[in-house]
Amino acid sequence: MVKYSIFSLLRNAVSNHENWPEAWRSPTPKPAYDVVIIGGGGHGLATAYYLAKEHGITNVAVIEKGYLGGGNTGRNTTIVRSNYILEANAHFYEFSLKLWEGLSADLNFNVMLSQRGVLNLAHTDADIDAHSRRGNAMRLNGIDAEFLNREQVKAFVPLLDCSENARYPIMGGLLQRRGGTARHDAVAWGYARAADARGVDIIQNCAVTGIRREGRRVVGVETERGFIAAKKVGIAVAGNSGVVAGMAGLRLPIETHVLQALVSEPVKPVLDCVVTSGAVHFYISQSDKGELVMGGDLDFCNSYAQRGNFPAIEHVIRSAVALFPSFSRLRMLRLWAGIMDMSMDGSPIISKTPLDNFYVNCGWCYGGFKATPGSGWMFAYTIAKDEPHPINAPLSLDRYISGRVYDEKGQGPTPWAH
Amino acid sequence: MLLIRCPHCGPRNQDEFAYGGDATVKRPADPASASDSEWHAYIYVRDNPRGPHEELWHHAAGCRRWIRVRRDTLSHRILATGPVHGPLAEEEGR
Repeated sequence: MVKYSIFSLLRNAVSNHENWPEAWRSPTPKPAYDVVIIGGGGHGLATAYYLAKEHGITNVAVIEKGYLGGGNTGRNTTIVRSNYILEANAHFYEFSLKLWEGLSADLNFNVMLSQRGVLNLAHTDADIDAHSRRGNAMRLNGIDAEFLNREQVKAFVPLLDCSENARYPIMGGLLQRRGGTARHDAVAWGYARAADARGVDIIQNCAVTGIRREGRRVVGVETERGFIAAKKVGIAVAGNSGVVAGMAGLRLPIETHVLQALVSEPVKPVLDCVVTSGAVHFYISQSDKGELVMGGDLDFCNSYAQRGNFPAIEHVIRSAVALFPSFSRLRMLRLWAGIMDMSMDGSPIISKTPLDNFYVNCGWCYGGFKATPGSGWMFAYTIAKDEPHPINAPLSLDRYISGRVYDEKGQGPTPWAH
Repeated sequence: MLLIRCPHCGPRNQDEFAYGGDATVKRPADPASASDSEWHAYIYVRDNPRGPHEELWHHAAGCRRWIRVRRDTLSHRILATGPVHGPLAEEEGR
């Protein structure tokens, strides 16, 4: 692997950038691997990277049906945060955020982490109570959180409508300054390049069509390029978790739902943090290119369609204009959708399964992007040691049998409402 | 945008409905003697199909009755609708 640095940049500038080596190989799959990871998004690639880096397991293949980061890794709104109440989630996401903070140096790839702050707006007295409680829970877990009053919110985000007669009156907000955004594609590419450099085979455009089992053991995967034997198989396939786990004969506490996002035409810098509103069901940030990136709710019915529906778009636009009246004349540039693996308690699953050597990484709901480094690290640990790390032990599949679920909202098993 | 044929009111805009989830899960017949795994299967585990899916919808801004819909989760095409406990009528010509 050529180290990216000011010197390699200068050297390649001399040759008009025509001689950069490929960032990762496109190898022919070997007949057998120690570990096969299904899914070449951020989570799968990070898992392969940490298997190689932390556990010395380099005879690993990542098998991706499309291209790297073409699923939810390239479809999210790039927000990074760790503002959770429940301990299992708080410790996991904080572990992940700490990995983010050193990720560009670790991967020798600029993931463009920008800790510009994530602000959750409070619109009612009840919101103030809930956000204060969340902030206190975060601080007790050693995570940064500050409650801003209305004047402070107004100073922090001048374009917000903080007037008395706003459609959604703003009474304050909970700010996590260490939260922010990162470049989503760079995360997939950085992990791919670093994993490849340690010997991991990344196999793109190769759908897994079946999982071969002998009793309680998985012996390998059927793919479009033939059978690949594996001592261990892990899946990190987001919205397709139910379909792929079904190939191994498992049913999961997961429903697949579609979530949309949209971006405006690029404008000059106007918004230098992430603003979210749980009450309005809306969030927005500005990309480095200048586009305002925004999203809202799921479409509220099971869906594998990677495209959106108009009611959700209308809601997002209505919310954007209500909170930021000055955005009313922006034109929307494009919209897209990804399919979410909504778990039954709204918390993720990084777990062993009833099969001996088959592992699942799913249930990311709409928060998978920020989890990428932590998810890969914990999944690699779980696969390598055949037991979970203390941090992801609570996020197991069998918590749904024992009843020890982690439901941040207290919503119950209605996955489209988490 | 979905156009959902309510068996009581006729075709109506999706915005009039609230989603009620998988219609095929069954509460254990004898709750007192059901095992943890039976409760687990009922409360948490879903087929989550990529294709035809039987689901409940509530006509919240209409007749306020629950209905049963068979809808393809990949194409969003509605295949059939009907009352919760009655037969489903296939959608025609779509």
